[in-house]
Amino acid sequence: MNRLPLRPLARILDARAQGVNPLTIEKENLRLRREQQRDAGRRRAEWRLLFLATAFFAGYAAIGAKMGMLAASPVVESEPYVGESISGERADVLDRNGNILATNLVTHSLYAEMRYMVDGRRAAHELVQIFPDLDEERLAARLTDPNRRFDWIRARVSPEQAQAAHDIGEPGLLLGPRDMRLYPNGTLAAHVLGGTTYGEQGVTAAEIQGVAGLEYAQNQRLSDADLADVPLTLSLDLGVQAAVEEVLADGIAMYNANGGSAILMDAHTGEIVAMTSAPTFDPNDRPAPALTGDPADSPLFNRAVQGLYELGSVMKVFTVAQALDMNMVTPETMIDTRGPIRFGRFRLSDMHSMPASMSVTDVLVESSNVGTARIAQMIGAEQQQNFLRRLGLLDQMPLEVSETGRVRPQYPARWSELSAMTISYGHGMTMTPLHLAAGYAAMVNGGTLVQPTLLRRPDAPVGQRVITEETSRIIRTMLRDVVTEGTASFGDVDGYAVGGKTGTANKVRPEGGYYQDRTVATFAGAFPMNDPRYVFVVTMDEPTIFVAGQNRRTAGWTVVPVVAQMIGRVAPMLGLRPQTPAEIEAGMQLR
Amino acid sequence: MRALFYLLTAFGVIGLAIWAYDQNQKTQVAIRDVRGLRAEIRALHEALDVQRAEWAYLNRPQRLRALAQMNFERLGLLPLQGGQFGQVDEIPYPLIGAAASTGPEDTL
Repeated sequence: MNRLPLRPLARILDARAQGVNPLTIEKENLRLRREQQRDAGRRRAEWRLLFLATAFFAGYAAIGAKMGMLAASPVVESEPYVGESISGERADVLDRNGNILATNLVTHSLYAEMRYMVDGRRAAHELVQIFPDLDEERLAARLTDPNRRFDWIRARVSPEQAQAAHDIGEPGLLLGPRDMRLYPNGTLAAHVLGGTTYGEQGVTAAEIQGVAGLEYAQNQRLSDADLADVPLTLSLDLGVQAAVEEVLADGIAMYNANGGSAILMDAHTGEIVAMTSAPTFDPNDRPAPALTGDPADSPLFNRAVQGLYELGSVMKVFTVAQALDMNMVTPETMIDTRGPIRFGRFRLSDMHSMPASMSVTDVLVESSNVGTARIAQMIGAEQQQNFLRRLGLLDQMPLEVSETGRVRPQYPARWSELSAMTISYGHGMTMTPLHLAAGYAAMVNGGTLVQPTLLRRPDAPVGQRVITEETSRIIRTMLRDVVTEGTASFGDVDGYAVGGKTGTANKVRPEGGYYQDRTVATFAGAFPMNDPRYVFVVTMDEPTIFVAGQNRRTAGWTVVPVVAQMIGRVAPMLGLRPQTPAEIEAGMQLR
Repeated sequence: MRALFYLLTAFGVIGLAIWAYDQNQKTQVAIRDVRGLRAEIRALHEALDVQRAEWAYLNRPQRLRALAQMNFERLGLLPLQGGQFGQVDEIPYPLIGAAASTGPEDTL
């Protein structure tokens, strides 16, 4: 802004010339200048007011808009329910039909806080009435110890005990909530579920941790707070599992066996419908691991996934399947079965006398060791090893239980021709029943690998092909023949076209060599054989029965009748309608 | 005029303050109610869990088997057999001319 001079010389001179007082000019200019300044100040003030008004308006508008939005938006629960639920700390485990296999129950823990304690001696006396196993003297000493502030009395008490402890009326005895893992079915599927223990313990809560089985292997999933309300659904079927356990237990009692195991698995998806191992235990009250003796004798030992056995003749199926698949033989090819085969200082021979030559079908049906060894010689050691490796039988078989982690099949480091011959009929290498089930599934389901699982997985992808469909069809026919006219003749169940292969292997002495009178009997197969739906592997440890004038230990006399009974029980439960002999015959031809 | 305006404003402020206080109290009561309801829901959930666990415990296959055996004379329950499956053509068609359907009608 240019300042105008107050006394412009030109006007002053003019005024003087006209005799006007020049001061009026100065006054006039001074007034103008002040007016100018006043206008500028006013404009600035107006701007400030406008700015302030805008700011306030914006502020209030923001608050108003927020209030409006809050009022208009639907009401949401500020705190999610999950975080408050005590029972939501570990997810339930259900079977495939939604029956509870494991759940949580809120019980109480009992503890003492000394600062509230009135009469510790009386409290100890009364507590011993409720819990007779407590030592009154020591408890009284602890409850009256002035240096103690806190003491656990019981980690878990029943509602009756909690009420009784409350009725003592001692303010120093306090009850805290405590979650407890409950397996309502007791021993059912004990080896699958495993068990739990308490991790970190506090007064208001305790962390439940899996110690074995599924509870351990799936601990992260089960204890995930976000998924606590989403139960974990297994592939097991409660009813089928119960029937399988019952029949196996009866069989073990009848045949005087040490124990046994059973696996029932979907042949196409690998879902395990039932899996058990006997003897069993109660996961609600899991016994401590045995520190002495053979851990394999402990009830905690899961024979189905931990038991490494030489499984015997059940392995012949893989040898025959490979030879068929490599187009080396047809089912009718005659094999020289004259025994014994001498190989170095070893002799391979059959259990009983066989004809001098047999067809490949008969080698399997009559279970000839010599014949199978000859076929293995044709295949060759390396090819055999590759085939078994492709089937997954030489590696760990993963499953959703903790026990599989340390179990690896045992086989000779140097896979010689002799090894190939003995392995062809199931000696000289060990594997678990679970391996065998996976292998058999691939043999009968059309020739594709399956991955065994305990989790519900109805839409499993089709696995890698290991043998052709035609080979699988031939194997099905042969396995069916084993039951109709071979070593597993007690295994037939009306309408269910059972097929399978028996295996009886002498047990290995810990000091070397084999026991002559101790066997592991196995029956592995599938049903219905015209369209296999389920694969089974049942083993019994040292079964024996006195029949027809002698002690029988072979699978055909012991485990096969048990399996027949098992299938008769579970097949209807699995929704399989029995088929007429004509239907079965037609199905076997077609496929 | 101006006095009336001030008076009205003052009464407005007082009125709004009372309203706000009232809303505040109501909100707190509602929060307390919700807390109570949550506790109730939790207790009911817990009770439900107990019931479900008890149901599973009472229906465990072992117990049902024992009960079926104990009451065999009265109930005659046996394990499911393959022979119990039927064919569709074993089901007789309703007789022609038999009484009109007495079952629930399709109300849609």
